[in-house]
Amino acid sequence: MGGYAMFVWPSYALVALVLWLNWYLPRKQHDRELRLLKRRLKAEHK
Amino acid sequence: MSHRLSLTQAFVFLLRRDLLLALRNRAEYAMPLLFFVLVITLFPLALGTSAELLARIAPGIIWVAALLAAMLSLDSIFRSDFDDGSLEQILLSAHPVAVLVLAKVTAHWLVTGVPLLLAAPLLAEMLGMPGEAQPVLLLTILLGTPILSLIGAIGVALTVGLRKGGIILSLLVLPLYVPVLIFAASAIENAASGFDPSAQIYMLMAFLFLSTSLSPWATAAALRMSVS
Amino acid sequence: MFLWFHKLGSPPHFYRIAGKWIPWLTWITVLLLLAGLYGGLIEAPPDYQQGESYRIIFVHVPSAWMSLFIYVVMAVCGAIIIIWRMKLAEVVLISSAPIGASFTFLALVTGSLWGKPMWGTYWVWDARLTSELILLFLYLGVIGLHNAIDDKRTAARAVAILALVGVVNIPIIHYSVEWWHSLHQGPTVTKFDKPSIHWSMLLPLLLMALAFQFYYVLALFHRCRAELLRRERNSKWVEEL
Repeated sequence: MGGYAMFVWPSYALVALVLWLNWYLPRKQHDRELRLLKRRLKAEHK
Repeated sequence: MSHRLSLTQAFVFLLRRDLLLALRNRAEYAMPLLFFVLVITLFPLALGTSAELLARIAPGIIWVAALLAAMLSLDSIFRSDFDDGSLEQILLSAHPVAVLVLAKVTAHWLVTGVPLLLAAPLLAEMLGMPGEAQPVLLLTILLGTPILSLIGAIGVALTVGLRKGGIILSLLVLPLYVPVLIFAASAIENAASGFDPSAQIYMLMAFLFLSTSLSPWATAAALRMSVS
Repeated sequence: MFLWFHKLGSPPHFYRIAGKWIPWLTWITVLLLLAGLYGGLIEAPPDYQQGESYRIIFVHVPSAWMSLFIYVVMAVCGAIIIIWRMKLAEVVLISSAPIGASFTFLALVTGSLWGKPMWGTYWVWDARLTSELILLFLYLGVIGLHNAIDDKRTAARAVAILALVGVVNIPIIHYSVEWWHSLHQGPTVTKFDKPSIHWSMLLPLLLMALAFQFYYVLALFHRCRAELLRRERNSKWVEEL
């Protein structure tokens, strides 16, 4: 990287991290929420 | 038993009422002014006696202190009315809420902004700001403090119903205050260095006109939301 | 067509349709990202003046564009919320805020990592950087205000007002480099005459920008679906899932 590696790669790494987090965390929340609702529904039907 | 007030009469009525309330609660309203003076006094104490440094950053110090003092005083615009139900009465009135809001904000500015205007020359002297810059200082405070009251009112209206509204209020209102701060401080600095501050002054005037015409509407909408 | 849009506005339909589109969006985003990264990191030649460090542009500029775009989307949602009280607009607004804040943060950080080797400083208080920083505070203010109000429908109206008031900042950021002389370079892509950037660099840049756009929709859909579940947990259509 012509000596600028210390600046270029951390930039890309940070972007990758933030983008991944914004993709992963909502999905996890969604799945967790779904599981909670399923459990609640099962408990109500008993 | 209802007497229909004209819009102007309603405006004047609300203005006088708020001013009267402020007069009766003089202590409460003196505090932002006191805060303003105290904060500015801290700087010479903290920065030692370097007169030159102090004189150079004096415009910034005065304006940051004015901003903080304005923020501290914002709560008083709607809080007591919210607590005792008069806010709902204002919202229910037949007059456009935006105009009534303008009356309250005008009262707020007269009570909190104008004292800053009177205290500023003395404090500027204390900080050693060059004399040529003082008229511009006063002009920026004259133009800027109403803007702070107007925009601040939007923030207060959004947060008046919240428990910890004060903290959120600062977070909301400071980003909106920044342009005023930048132009005001820049105008004074220009004047202090002998350059022409008119560009910044015109921007401040533009902000003032913009906020006077638009912010009461936003504040009214926010009040309706908060009280609902 | 209009009927489809109208259907989309209802939460259960949006939930379903968003769910169907998500796999497609994911693939398109990944492909565009790979294409853009390949074009930017491998194909494009080193810059005449800046050498290799200019490659940060391929993430910095798209991030900045998204930070502005998303706030405008929020402001539009805000208008819809105030005028029509549309539930979906509320969900889209509050789901967009963290994504927009992330892009603003990335724009600021990648910009300062680019600034350090090139112009010798991580930060300078010029018009564009300052107004972008203010944009970050505005995003955080929206998130904070929404969190502070318990009733989420009232909260939506509050942040709608805030978003609309803050949208004034967007043109200031965009035009700041034209109105003030500053360290930040002038407009090169959105000028209406021929852009003054070489095609081999422009293409990866546009690819990355498009990739970020698709990414925004993808991330938005994930967040919206999670938020819809949370808000509508007691409603019938959720139980039927």
